[in-house]
Amino acid sequence: MTVSPEQPGWKTGTQTPLLVVDQLVTRFATPDGAVSAVNGVSFHVNKGETIGIVGESGSGKSQVLMSIMGLLPHNGSSTGSVRFDDREILGLPREQLNKIRGTRMAMIFQDPMTALNPYLTVGRQLTEVLTFHQSMNPAMAREQAREVLEQVHIPEPGKRLDMYPHELSGGMRQRVMIAMGMLCRPDLLIADEPTTALDVTIQAEILDLLAEQQAVTGTAIILVTHDLGVVAGLCDRVMVMYGGRIVEQGPVRDIFYDPQHPYTRALLLSMPRLDDDLSGDLPTIAGQPPNLAHMPPGCAFAPRCGYVSERCIQAVPPLRDIAPGRAKACTLDRLVA
Amino acid sequence: MSVTPLDAVGVAMPAEGTSLWTSARRRLVRNRAAMGGLIVLIIIGALAILAPYISAHAMDDISWENIGTPPDWANGYYFGTDSNGRDLFARTLYGARVSLMVGILASIVSLVIGVIYGAVAGYVGGAVDNVMMRIVDILYSLPFMFFVILLTVFFGRNILLIFVAIGAVQWLDMARIVRGQTMALKHREFIEAAHAFGASSTSIVRRHIIPNILGPVMVFVTLTVPQVILLESFLSFLGLGVQEPMTSWGVLISDGARDMETAPWSLLFPATFLAVTLFSLNFLGDGLRDALDPKDR
Repeated sequence: MTVSPEQPGWKTGTQTPLLVVDQLVTRFATPDGAVSAVNGVSFHVNKGETIGIVGESGSGKSQVLMSIMGLLPHNGSSTGSVRFDDREILGLPREQLNKIRGTRMAMIFQDPMTALNPYLTVGRQLTEVLTFHQSMNPAMAREQAREVLEQVHIPEPGKRLDMYPHELSGGMRQRVMIAMGMLCRPDLLIADEPTTALDVTIQAEILDLLAEQQAVTGTAIILVTHDLGVVAGLCDRVMVMYGGRIVEQGPVRDIFYDPQHPYTRALLLSMPRLDDDLSGDLPTIAGQPPNLAHMPPGCAFAPRCGYVSERCIQAVPPLRDIAPGRAKACTLDRLVA
Repeated sequence: MSVTPLDAVGVAMPAEGTSLWTSARRRLVRNRAAMGGLIVLIIIGALAILAPYISAHAMDDISWENIGTPPDWANGYYFGTDSNGRDLFARTLYGARVSLMVGILASIVSLVIGVIYGAVAGYVGGAVDNVMMRIVDILYSLPFMFFVILLTVFFGRNILLIFVAIGAVQWLDMARIVRGQTMALKHREFIEAAHAFGASSTSIVRRHIIPNILGPVMVFVTLTVPQVILLESFLSFLGLGVQEPMTSWGVLISDGARDMETAPWSLLFPATFLAVTLFSLNFLGDGLRDALDPKDR
């Protein structure tokens, strides 16, 4: 594969959003009543940008992705708007979504052990995407698949094509997943905790690889993770989610050095640091994440927040701009570290 | 290890390089028990096909001088004669025709219908699954004998009816097994990944679901074939299956069992053929199951 000589838009500074999510609400009908996993999330992704979504388990971050990709299970439904390249894709019929999925936006899954079909060779799974979307003939598709494997630094790509997933290591399989995602050169790559199932050294390699692929192709990436270190290394902007809402968003450096939402701050404090005094206990956030089936009327974090006031409990604080490119959903004016 | 350049391999071959089937075939050939079973089956099949040319007597030819005579190579009654003075060798081979045909055809019918039906029901799920499986339940509750008698009343006695009747019953089990397997697979991450890469439902079922359920399906097919052969014997025994002078292993064995004390060979030979065939099928099925599992090489 060759890199096209002309400068892609994201480098020359033309900032037309690739993906605009507006007031996305995702609910699941369960026997215990409606569970609202996502409660009015709005954000945008520019071309070639890397967005991080962080939050603890159950904060709705994965469900945002699933709603965007149209992969919600039967009992889930979304309202709001998801515009991809100026086209509404929320609620598109499957046949039309299938034309976008895999070609213009692709997804990498959390666990490469289970995301590959154990009964098909790597080559088959890769060429399937190409023959399906670009109606390539098998020989061309195979050559293309081999090239992509080479790009994700898999040694002896020709040989790997004939291997089954169980013959590859976890890191290797995640590379295959990334290769699969990059196969059709998508505009948007959605990575759902791509490094969670891997050990730390492999994690770093996979993150480097993602960054490298992005530099080559100019793909925008949405990275969902609960690992703040991953976000710091790779992302341009970060959104922090809690209870199905965005509680803070902004450039990655600002969020890390000057967190303005009590939750973000607590999250950062509960991360071990190399230069810390390791004798004491690691700070934790007291309490439990909210039950999404019974959301409190006010701020979802209020029951665990050290700065809680009367206003927090009465109504959900809206997400408001606090600086250029930064917003938080908190009643506090200024949080001083 | 060097990588063969793509151009050297040629254009037609690469994508088919090691498909599930090519590598399965390679692994099957290496499995001695399975290959032995396959060879025995081929020999029995060839004997059945060539029956008129290799037997010395016609299978419905009654010899009044040789009623119930033991095996004798000199006069061409290799397996002896039955209580009607007919050549047991010829009858065993003709019986193989019916038994093997019923076994194989009914199994293929149950395989095709059952896998497609079960995979669709399990994959689509919801109301569709509910309706499809209730239909299966209704067919299940239909008494088999009643169904066969009904068919014979409507269409007269016909060997095709046995295929229809057995096939119509056998696919139900297969559909249930496949549905269960499909439902377990449906929520696996690689199916979700296939969705995320924009694969259509048909191609997900065809490329991802069916190869993954072949293992249990294969085992079940090898269990179905003997079951079907025995079912046919049962029908023939009741007089609902093949008609005299045509015969099948089931008929021969039930006749042989009757004459067991005076003419043991009339039980021994058809029973041996049936047992050997079933053994071979089981070995072959086991080998197929192993061969179709890429993790097991």
